[in-house]
Amino acid sequence: MDLAFAVFLQVATGVATLLIISLGLAVIFGMMRVINLAHGEFLMLGAYSAIISVRAGLNIWLAMLVVAPIVVGAIGAAVERVLIRGLYGRVLDTMLATWGLSLALIGIVTMIFGDSVSGFSAPLGSIAIGGYRSSSYGLFLIGAAIVLLCGTWAVLRLTPAGLIARGTMQNAEMAAALGVSPGRVYAATFTAGAAISGLAGALIAPFSGVVPTMGTLYIARAFITVLTGGAAMLAGTLSASALLGSVSTLGTYFTTPVLGEVIMLVVAVLLLRLLPQGITGRFFRRAL
Amino acid sequence: MIRRFPWAEIVVALLLAAISAWALPRLLPLYLLINATIYVSMAVLALSLAFVWGFGGILCFGQTAFFGLGGYTYAVAALNLTGTSWAVPIAVAVPALFAALLGYLMFFGRVGNIYVGVITFAVTLILFNFANSTAGAQWHIGAAPLGGFNGIPSTPPLNVPGEPGNALAPEEIFGVAAISLALSYVICKLLLHSRFGRAAVAVKENETRAELLGYDVRLYKLGVFAIGGAIAGLAGMLFANCVFVSPTMFSLFYAAQVIIWVMVGGLGTLVGPMLGAIVLQMLTAWAGTLKDVSPNLILGVILMAAVLVIPRGILPTATEAAARLGRRGAAR
Amino acid sequence: MTALLATENLSMHFGGVRAVNGVSLAIAEGELRCLIGPNGAGKSTFFKCLTGQYKPTAGRIRFRGRDVTGYDSFAIARLGVGIKTQVPSLFDGLDVMESVLLALRRRHNEAIARSRALAVLDRLGIAALVRHEVGRLGHGQRQLVELAMVVAPEPDLIILDEPTAGMSVEETARTAELIRELNRRHAIVVVEHDMQFIRAIAKTVTVFHQGYVLMEDSAERVLADPRVRDVYLGKAVGPAGPEQP
Repeated sequence: MDLAFAVFLQVATGVATLLIISLGLAVIFGMMRVINLAHGEFLMLGAYSAIISVRAGLNIWLAMLVVAPIVVGAIGAAVERVLIRGLYGRVLDTMLATWGLSLALIGIVTMIFGDSVSGFSAPLGSIAIGGYRSSSYGLFLIGAAIVLLCGTWAVLRLTPAGLIARGTMQNAEMAAALGVSPGRVYAATFTAGAAISGLAGALIAPFSGVVPTMGTLYIARAFITVLTGGAAMLAGTLSASALLGSVSTLGTYFTTPVLGEVIMLVVAVLLLRLLPQGITGRFFRRAL
Repeated sequence: MIRRFPWAEIVVALLLAAISAWALPRLLPLYLLINATIYVSMAVLALSLAFVWGFGGILCFGQTAFFGLGGYTYAVAALNLTGTSWAVPIAVAVPALFAALLGYLMFFGRVGNIYVGVITFAVTLILFNFANSTAGAQWHIGAAPLGGFNGIPSTPPLNVPGEPGNALAPEEIFGVAAISLALSYVICKLLLHSRFGRAAVAVKENETRAELLGYDVRLYKLGVFAIGGAIAGLAGMLFANCVFVSPTMFSLFYAAQVIIWVMVGGLGTLVGPMLGAIVLQMLTAWAGTLKDVSPNLILGVILMAAVLVIPRGILPTATEAAARLGRRGAAR
Repeated sequence: MTALLATENLSMHFGGVRAVNGVSLAIAEGELRCLIGPNGAGKSTFFKCLTGQYKPTAGRIRFRGRDVTGYDSFAIARLGVGIKTQVPSLFDGLDVMESVLLALRRRHNEAIARSRALAVLDRLGIAALVRHEVGRLGHGQRQLVELAMVVAPEPDLIILDEPTAGMSVEETARTAELIRELNRRHAIVVVEHDMQFIRAIAKTVTVFHQGYVLMEDSAERVLADPRVRDVYLGKAVGPAGPEQP
């Protein structure tokens, strides 16, 4: 019984992690149809912002939950202005440009901080479930995933800004005819997506280790999740995280972490053969 | 635009390969010759993507998946079998089959082109992570240790076919590489001239129209993708012969480089990307000597610049400019 | 006698929208049939079901009695159906000859394909364009190149989606003439909403309205029918006609 619960907790943590690292990508892709190949590096920058703030003596929660999203959001805003803005509607070029950005960011961070692994430990201790110990940080991650998901939903669904964003996503020309500036909506969306990614990077930093190339460990998973999710960005990311997170955590549990990732990719590709439009292309079509 | 049989191209390619296979080993010191072999293997890799992307219209961001797979397959087969005679065809066949399987899942699922890009990107990345994680004695295939981050330093060099003890010298391996490049190019040219190739180009030009004319678009894409996988596997085998196989072969750094070679050399040409590979490799090697600048940064800046400045590649842009000048001249 | 092409209760729903709703019709060998209706009547969706671009939600499509429901486009084309889309769908990077050869080479060797291609281009009056790159041609010529690709393999049935879209009155008249000419050798289904064009062709007409078949009759009677006028002027008309008495 305790074992079952411990495994369940493990799976839930896996799902939550996947959701956290994919959400920023999903927002940018879902709202703007921009595939941001530098997503992994946004995670990495979030982790670096957090660790540098902690080393400078800042409270660890402030560093993770406030500094990281603000810094990466600001970087995202700059990137949107310089690189993305001229390429809207050119999906391939955007992908290639963000790929270049990804490599450049790895290069810059390596030149400044070196390529050795650093890290900080999970800020919470562990809890006992019967005979098994589990990290309380995992529970915190589950909570964070729920808050992030509900927060994004609420912003899009319940606020005037969210309505403008959804309208622009549906029909940019119509929105422009109504006096909305699509350019500003895109800029804001990209910034928000980047901020979420920065937060995600800081949240995973305690157990992933912080290296310039840490993005490459997560980006494949994030892409597969968003792709598998399909058109509806929140429902899609949630359902795909739930499915693929469970598969990869169980795969990891029985084999190794990397094989867990391989199994997840295989499941995702097979799933794509069955549901080419992603999960939400078939189910929950009206969802957000 | 008359489609004549590409005699001239074939003859020139084979002649150039024969001349350089004879001359370069006599002209270059050994370390430069080995570098040249690496460049040629990279040119084969560039050719594979030039074919898949430029003529099949398939957005493959992970051509390195087949490149690395070719290298690893070669090393594992060569270490398990006596000699490399069979390792070479296996190193071409395995990536081709892998490409066919992946292609089947993607194209028969009618996955959109952008998603093909993302999936291939993820595949090479995951193979990279996987190959990196195979450190330790428990990770081996037969007699071949996979070696994790370090790869397989004991990758054996090619031997004379059928004579396992008789390994080729680096000079001869360069010759093999040069002739492989020329033959791959000739094969691509012949394919593009054939019924299959013309239909594949039609699919690239307009998928809907090709389908409405009765062509099974999925099969053509699958064919192009598998052939591209085979050529990339060959490139990996050649690369493994000059260095040794390691997870880097799957890395996004290499994956991005191939894309850049094709873009800078010109999408929709075969020669451009091959030249692009060789010239940019030389530049990268030179940039590698700059101590304080990360190669990732240089590559990233080149990629961004390539997108922003020359979205269609240098060769087509240059050709078009020349043609425009020519027309203007003729109009006068 | 089996119809060349028949649909039985064909329906295509998108979520809650019933774009095509239980359409049954039969096209005979050698027939020339017009499918008309105002915008949103379901003609184009019906067209895409026939050509395999959409998989119908319910109902059957038969070609010479053979069930081809859910076939992919290429499989339908291989049965001997030529399909012309509304916006010309062409190989812009190839020249005119190469384009037509692509339509023929799947079945014929190079020499035969070439002579047939020339014959078709001649028949459509664009033989002079063989070496021209398709992407550089004008709108009217592009329409003809696409038609050449469709006609070249001698299909038993040709399906045309709004062939006169964007054409002047004069061009429309010429296209109608061309279609009547093609009809001597092929059965033709034309999806249209231009009434002038229907008048010029003057054969059996099927009228679509809100996904139903409103009526099916000769051109004169359809054009004279008050219900059809109401439909085109936007008055609400319930489903009626021979299919739904």
